[in-house]
Amino acid sequence: MARHIVARTSDIPLGGNKVFGVEGRDIVVFHVNGEFFALLNRCPHEGAPLEKAACVARLTSPEPGVYQRSRVGELLRCPWHGWEFDMRNGQSYFDPKRVKVRSYPVAVESGEELQKGPYVAETFPVRVEDSYVIVEV
Amino acid sequence: MSDVIDRPILAEEVAAQSRLRIIDCDVHPSIRAHADIEQFLPKRWQEHLRTYGSHLRTPYIGTTPYPRSSPLIARRDAWPPTGGPPGSDLDFMRKQHLDPLDIEYGILQVLDLFIFSQQNLEFGAAIQRAINDWQLAFWSDRDPRLKASILAGQDDTTFAIAEIERCAKIGRYVQINVCPRANEPLGRRRYWPIYARAQELGLPLGIHVGGYGGHAPTGGGWPSYYVEEHQSNAHTMAAQLTSLVLEGVPERFPNLKIVFIEGGFGWIPSATWRMDRHFDAFRSEVPHLKRRPSEYVKQQFWFTTQPIDEPDEAKHLRSLIEWVGADRLLFSSDYPHWDFDDPRYAFKTPLTETERRKIFNGNARALYKL
Repeated sequence: MARHIVARTSDIPLGGNKVFGVEGRDIVVFHVNGEFFALLNRCPHEGAPLEKAACVARLTSPEPGVYQRSRVGELLRCPWHGWEFDMRNGQSYFDPKRVKVRSYPVAVESGEELQKGPYVAETFPVRVEDSYVIVEV
Repeated sequence: MSDVIDRPILAEEVAAQSRLRIIDCDVHPSIRAHADIEQFLPKRWQEHLRTYGSHLRTPYIGTTPYPRSSPLIARRDAWPPTGGPPGSDLDFMRKQHLDPLDIEYGILQVLDLFIFSQQNLEFGAAIQRAINDWQLAFWSDRDPRLKASILAGQDDTTFAIAEIERCAKIGRYVQINVCPRANEPLGRRRYWPIYARAQELGLPLGIHVGGYGGHAPTGGGWPSYYVEEHQSNAHTMAAQLTSLVLEGVPERFPNLKIVFIEGGFGWIPSATWRMDRHFDAFRSEVPHLKRRPSEYVKQQFWFTTQPIDEPDEAKHLRSLIEWVGADRLLFSSDYPHWDFDDPRYAFKTPLTETERRKIFNGNARALYKL
């Protein structure tokens, strides 16, 4: 596992995502409610690009007529067949044991921190005054 | 952990040397703007379209009943960067679908403007005629891989026959498409002149799911949910297969070829087993049938594969393919709709090289004479 600096935090808009090529893989990084999540840009079902997914809330119904929305924006709906996955760990909601999207650890670190460690800088020089998204692959 | 759902790879799949190009039997082009279609509509109907629009045989007014899972029932990645609805931009279709998946031929299936659901049959006929011209001008002329179907709504049988004649003279269509939800079950004799003409011309009869009939789409009534309505596509197909076979259409027209499009194929075994069993018991009610129902199905009907059935155990899909018969199946993607099947990943069970060649190319090549 190596840590890769993929972007400045300001490069990925809130509620949006960006795709990065890291070690030959397409990895999509989502920015939700101030947090970042990294997943393989590929649905395990038929290979759809998850960068085009809808970011939705979890909707549950403990009994008929009662509905609860939670975790707004933290679920992916695949752009093709609508399979839902948890952005935090790639797990599917309908079959968490068998079906999941590969997910990668993400960290946000300041430029100042980054001066110290052994990282792979992808495309740009690191500046002390910015924050960066680090994906571990 | 693998990145796609695992399935075992057959030794012969690895060893397959020659490239298998794909014939996709369900590709949906869409009209980019009304102006594109108006050039093929007489002034009288252009004005009708603007002034009155659609008047449909459905309790839902003027629209599809609700957003269906995603805008315009499309893959979220299928919106052309140039604007316009999914399926309306040929270049984008080439780039996203035809080229990367190595589609040798795509059979066009048009659903725009509620083609078969217009209660005003003359207006419906005018739209069908315009779309038949538009398919050639906007698609087949521009990309020879894309093959058009003659839209001919069967409730105005006189028009349907006239339109089939007109298009057959042009000679560039590979199929005659009729409505899956007509006023009466498809086996009824009022529709036989169309079947007679299709047989004479050697054009398969295509029946693509969808549209609104005058009846509830399920035997139980009107569905409450989209997911429930989606299920009804298979019920409708099963009812129409039963009607066609038991009314004697394949018996009366032994060279007619019938293609069920986008109904999947998981329901076929039980429908045919049940028909056979009942036929054995009630043969005297339908003495016009000379063979068991399943024999007609195995000789005169084809079924496109999408939306593919996905049993929890992959080996059950294997059994389904064997029950229905690899000879009867035609690969289809349904591009650009949300329930699209990718030919590389849709089948979660191994196929033999012979089966792959038949399902992805050979069956359609022979059926449509490509």
